[in-house]
Amino acid sequence: MTDAAAATDGEPLRVILAKLGLDGHDRGLKVVARMLRDAGVEVIYLGLRQTAATIINAAEQEDADAIGLSMHNAGHLTLAPRMVNAVKEAGLDIPVIVGGIIPDEDITELLDKGVAAVLGPGASTDEVIAAIRDSVPS
Amino acid sequence: MFERAVAGERRALGRLLTLVERGGPAGDELAEIAHPRAGHCHVVGLTGAPGAGKSTITGRLAAAASAARADDTPGVGVVAIDPSSPITGGAILGDRIRMDEVIDREGTFVRSMATRGSSGGLALAVPGAIRVLDAVAYDPVIIETVGVGQVEVDIAGTADTTVVVVTPGWGDAVQANKAGLLEVADIFVVNKAERPGASDARRDLELMLDLGAHPVEGVPHWRAPILMTTATDGTGIDELWNEVGKHRTWLQETGELENRRQSRDRFEMLGRVDELLGAVGRARAESDHGVRLLGEVKERSMSPAAAASELLNDLLQ
Amino acid sequence: MSTEPSRAAWEEAFAQTPERDVDFETMSGVPVEPIYGEGPYPGQYPYTRGVYPSMYRSRLWTMRMFAGFGTAEDTNGRFKELLRHGGTGLSTAFDMPTLMGRDSDSEWAEGEVGHCGVAIDTLPDMEDLFADIDLAGVSTSMTINGPAPIIMAMYIATAEKSGVERSKLAGTIQSDIFKEYQAQKEYIYPPRPSVRLITDLMRFTSAEMPKWHPISVSGYHIREAGSTAAQELAFTLANGFAYVEAAVAAGLDVDDFAPRLSFFFNSHIDFFEEIGKFRAARRIWARWMKERYGAKNPKSMLCRFHTQTAGVSLTAQQPENNIARVAIQALAGVIGGSQSLHTDAYDEAMALPTEKSARIALRTQQIVAHETGAANVIDPLGGSPYVEWMTDEMERRAEEVFAHLDELGDGSILEGVYEGIENGYFVGEIADAAYRFERNVNAGRRIIVGVTDFTDGDEGQKNLLRIGPEVEEYQLKRLASVKQARDNAKVDAALAQVSADAADPTINMMPSLIEAVKVHATEEEVVMAMEKVFGTYVEQAIV
Repeated sequence: MTDAAAATDGEPLRVILAKLGLDGHDRGLKVVARMLRDAGVEVIYLGLRQTAATIINAAEQEDADAIGLSMHNAGHLTLAPRMVNAVKEAGLDIPVIVGGIIPDEDITELLDKGVAAVLGPGASTDEVIAAIRDSVPS
Repeated sequence: MFERAVAGERRALGRLLTLVERGGPAGDELAEIAHPRAGHCHVVGLTGAPGAGKSTITGRLAAAASAARADDTPGVGVVAIDPSSPITGGAILGDRIRMDEVIDREGTFVRSMATRGSSGGLALAVPGAIRVLDAVAYDPVIIETVGVGQVEVDIAGTADTTVVVVTPGWGDAVQANKAGLLEVADIFVVNKAERPGASDARRDLELMLDLGAHPVEGVPHWRAPILMTTATDGTGIDELWNEVGKHRTWLQETGELENRRQSRDRFEMLGRVDELLGAVGRARAESDHGVRLLGEVKERSMSPAAAASELLNDLLQ
Repeated sequence: MSTEPSRAAWEEAFAQTPERDVDFETMSGVPVEPIYGEGPYPGQYPYTRGVYPSMYRSRLWTMRMFAGFGTAEDTNGRFKELLRHGGTGLSTAFDMPTLMGRDSDSEWAEGEVGHCGVAIDTLPDMEDLFADIDLAGVSTSMTINGPAPIIMAMYIATAEKSGVERSKLAGTIQSDIFKEYQAQKEYIYPPRPSVRLITDLMRFTSAEMPKWHPISVSGYHIREAGSTAAQELAFTLANGFAYVEAAVAAGLDVDDFAPRLSFFFNSHIDFFEEIGKFRAARRIWARWMKERYGAKNPKSMLCRFHTQTAGVSLTAQQPENNIARVAIQALAGVIGGSQSLHTDAYDEAMALPTEKSARIALRTQQIVAHETGAANVIDPLGGSPYVEWMTDEMERRAEEVFAHLDELGDGSILEGVYEGIENGYFVGEIADAAYRFERNVNAGRRIIVGVTDFTDGDEGQKNLLRIGPEVEEYQLKRLASVKQARDNAKVDAALAQVSADAADPTINMMPSLIEAVKVHATEEEVVMAMEKVFGTYVEQAIV
């Protein structure tokens, strides 16, 4: 296991990866899944067409450290904040990280609405891992 | 936290399973609390080659079990095991995807688990997870593993009821035999039964069972039934659930259940012995005594085996 | 047309089509011949150098720009504008809920209605889309797959209501369901019932709609999902073979059906590899159709294709650089012998193209067509040692894939494709390739200008086009009023018939689909009526 992927207490991070809504572009999600695996992370891969409810359900049962969402359609301003709220309403303290094609002008809005980090296309493994590590509450 | 899990809080149960996986003092403490309250649930092991449709069958079986459960019970526990990368320690756990489509989400608790490299770790984590799920009244608990690799086979094989899944196609049954799955199977499932070759697969299994069957006088004998399923549409799942129930009854009536559980306890205890002894041995190897012995091995005045015996001399009396 | 692969035969065939009225010379005034080098010549088996004898010497490729958003009425306005300017081809993009068989009032549709195409819920939406357009006089291309037979039913019903018989309708519907499981992921049902639906559509159009192309076999999305050029080539052609086998199994004659197939490829940034890929596609398709499937009609052997530049190659950083990328990709598509071409707008990585960026994209094609001289000589790189080697290499790699699928399917490419979908072969191969590419980029082994290197000067994106909530509000009202006005008893009966027909694989689904949309059953209602019988599909986690 690489140091980067170890949670603060030396155990591997467990991260949920999913896409919300109908959009089927999963190339980025799959690349990130492998990236994280190769950095020592345990990826709970939910894939396409998840809802906030199915992700919360998995996050509780899997005791996930973070939720990663990939977004390539116009819905990010609706769907990502909704996920953040669902996490809060479930009483969970799990960061929501968004990756994908997000216009610069929307990034601030997403962060204001509680998204822990936004990763653009071309983010390196180190950047992805750092974003997760910095977001996970110690 | 244990009480919160008993009260039905899934988050708490999720957290407990993390403690079990991590092991160490917190895990031991949890086992102390959980062990007296466990011992009720039926453990079903489900294994087979990659791509045989195990996740869908597990999900469907969990749905059937959940539908049959009593109102005041939390439902079905599922532990789905996927391999960790031996190089990086990371893993991609993808069993939930096809399971989620078919389970009753209210009545099912699914936990994905990575093998985390060391086989010993998994051999301890799985009984620990079963114990916790059992103690908070999940029944049955289904353990899904890929049927390649001795540890995975052992884990499925030490269940109360072991289900081995094969698919039509030349040699699938033969491969199952080679992997040692034939001996551990209590029930066979030929999945994707709508495909050509399904009846051939069934015949191959029958044949191998005939060859391998040597009932011994006075020892209860169970001949593994062969069921045909199409997991994608649920065909044959009710029959499978029935058969699991029959096997459960048979285990209880013949006393075989007690035998199996005892061997599982023994398996876990010995696993823990290995772990403890190993830890002691490694610590001693670092001591002055250990370093001196290693030096003698290097000088070829002592063999590694003799050095190990001397290191643990007091324990081996 | 003579089948003799000689220069004389080619010259004879070439002379039969008049050339464009331009001076075929370089900008310095040097006259150029239509073709240089060895045969087989264009229009001669195996068509490596082009599907027609004269190619762009007689007619340029079609500059087909695919776009659309908003309501059916908005798109109708743009269609009419296009027709007024002499256009004859209408290209229809649908929004994500429509592509996935969901109505605008589904919870899944929220935030997506009218975004990347037009929203079609019921027949009245389709009637709005083509209002006051003579459907007998246009050719319509519809990019939809999972629910394609339902949308086709709506198109037929719209035409017939306006007095145009279905036999007069011309156009293409994508209907390529295999690549959905492999790459684009816009599937609804499991593979086999999906193929049954498409086979029904093929049989129906063969019997009743002679001018309709029921499938456009699409590699574009396979490449976008991360495949290599050789995988795009191999998977696409294998899918084409699989449809041919499905059609033949459904009782169609290969020479009745194959001429209606067309293809859709990606043009990426590795110039010579792309050209080799296009040339290999023609050669492979011709040989397989002739030798494996016994086609007699030369038209069955022609791999005619539409090309689009690689959306995935566009960068969000320094977006103007994309104009250069698109120009190079467009040139590869043209030298590769495309029948039609779409050029991406430089800002498409981030959002819908603006009017300006869409115009620049079209201008890029026009520069290639009218300034570069690339259209003066057919297959201008044919005979180049590198390009000929690349063509052979692409073919060799594709043949390896075909051999694997043939083995998986026990002698049937169709069964091999099914098995490859079920066992994760396609998605696994594509994910491997995508990951390899990303790792190379990450490790600094592959440079992406403006992203990994040469990054100074990025001003970010400006003036992004956004769709307001009005479209969704309008569409919800529209759907509610259609549901209000219709006769629900008729809808229920029609949906019951759809379910009953779905349960009997010997019945063609098209008639009951047409009846259902005529009584204003919604797209999602019809989808669900079949889902009851067909079930749904969930991809296994091949990452």
